[in-house]
Amino acid sequence: MPKVTYVQPDGTSRTVDATVGHSLMRVAIDHGVDGIVAECGGNAMCATCHVYVDPARLDDLGPLCSDEEEMLDCTASPRAATSRLSCQLPVTEDLDGLVLRLPEEQL
Amino acid sequence: MTTGSSPETVLVAGGGQSGFQAAASLRDKGFTGRVVLVGDEPGVPYQRPPLSKAYLKGTAGEEQLRLRPEDFFAEKGIELVPGRVASVDRAASRVVLESGEELAYDHLVLATGARNRVLPVPGADLDGVLMLRTREDADRLRASLEAASNVVVIGGGFIGLEFASHAGRPVTVVEAQDRLLARVASPEVSAFFKELHEKAGHTVLLGTGVTALHGDGHVSSVELADGSWLPADLVVVAVGVVPETTLASDAGLTVTNGVVVDEHLRTEDPKIFAIGDCANFPCVHAGAATRLESVQNAVDQARCVAAAITGDAAPYDSLPWFWTDQTGAKLQIVGILANADQTVVTGDRAEGRFSVLSFRDGVLIAVESVNRPPDHIAARRLFTAELRPSYADLEASSFDLKAHVKSRSAA
Repeated sequence: MPKVTYVQPDGTSRTVDATVGHSLMRVAIDHGVDGIVAECGGNAMCATCHVYVDPARLDDLGPLCSDEEEMLDCTASPRAATSRLSCQLPVTEDLDGLVLRLPEEQL
Repeated sequence: MTTGSSPETVLVAGGGQSGFQAAASLRDKGFTGRVVLVGDEPGVPYQRPPLSKAYLKGTAGEEQLRLRPEDFFAEKGIELVPGRVASVDRAASRVVLESGEELAYDHLVLATGARNRVLPVPGADLDGVLMLRTREDADRLRASLEAASNVVVIGGGFIGLEFASHAGRPVTVVEAQDRLLARVASPEVSAFFKELHEKAGHTVLLGTGVTALHGDGHVSSVELADGSWLPADLVVVAVGVVPETTLASDAGLTVTNGVVVDEHLRTEDPKIFAIGDCANFPCVHAGAATRLESVQNAVDQARCVAAAITGDAAPYDSLPWFWTDQTGAKLQIVGILANADQTVVTGDRAEGRFSVLSFRDGVLIAVESVNRPPDHIAARRLFTAELRPSYADLEASSFDLKAHVKSRSAA
């Protein structure tokens, strides 16, 4: 199972086993990782599962769809070139070792 | 507050979204006493919104519904007790479960939710007449859909229309009011969704009452108020809910369209709170006693009560918002739409991406966004930041919510 690391704004981190096919939002919730709110339940409607992706791995993730593109303009913490919504990122074997940084704020 | 010598017990009656969140938030807030979550559905607490969407379609399974995996509860020290609370002995601060088991509490949180309203017509108990609230309901509906040829949905609210959208075939929606979503949406949004459902192949009958369901054991037709009959071998009744308040009223608590609570979500008994679908609370955004049926309300009220129990009480003032997902369109609503006297439509109605801004006495009270999530987020920022704009302010920004928020934060 691929391993994914979530890094909190204070630098603490957790590495968890990510189920292939689940979203990186779902993986965080299932492992009780703080900092992902996901209030819409994964519909790209709330921008509260914002993460910053390791820039070297951006290409391993699928492209932005228009919904995600639009919602990334609505995040509570500033959008960066590496910003994604974790509900739109399905886990694949290729993502093993991926590091995600969590923003200061989601709401 | 908890003390080292005698840990307190919080008992949560109801294992839905609100009850679960109360238990989880107590731990988030550092509550070290006992947390008991009594719920009558099998398995761990789960989310209901997908039941009328992805779960019904089969694109999300049981595992994806779970609010947390099973080991979360053991890790957090949240005791999941299957069953229902049968009665509350307020004098003794104790509840009795239906199993006969007795549990003492220091704080009792009523998160008993609501039950589906039953259609008050003959034949409503025939086989093939189903409702949707629980995962078991959704399983039954999914199985019945496979075999059904004529599907009639009674009720054109969120649940009925979401079911129609995700049923995977044309259905007939029968609504007693003169428009869809009449209780929650503006006439502009109602009209848009009617067009959308009709384009998707559904038949929408407005202003149409149902007088009886007919069939020999299994339903075979729906009789309408005008005397006509619709063939039906599956009828989905989605005509709203009734708050579950028996426990509260039996315990002598005041019940008026829900369990009546104050701005801290406390009943007249200081040890008992009520949250979520079952609670009637003074809503600052509506300016009236209000009962809301939404995930947002369930979650935010749970957090508010967890804060109060851990010594951090503040009046409940969260902004109400709702969403639905139908026939490929996302509708997000913020605020309480009541007695609007002025509306402005922004965006592109023809392209199906627009927002309806509703005003009362020159002040913005609600924003409905269709396929315009950025407007929704902007509207939420506007409302929460106490920047509730007047009609005149927004007119100056050409009713562009995002631009308006930006100009306000820059100022």
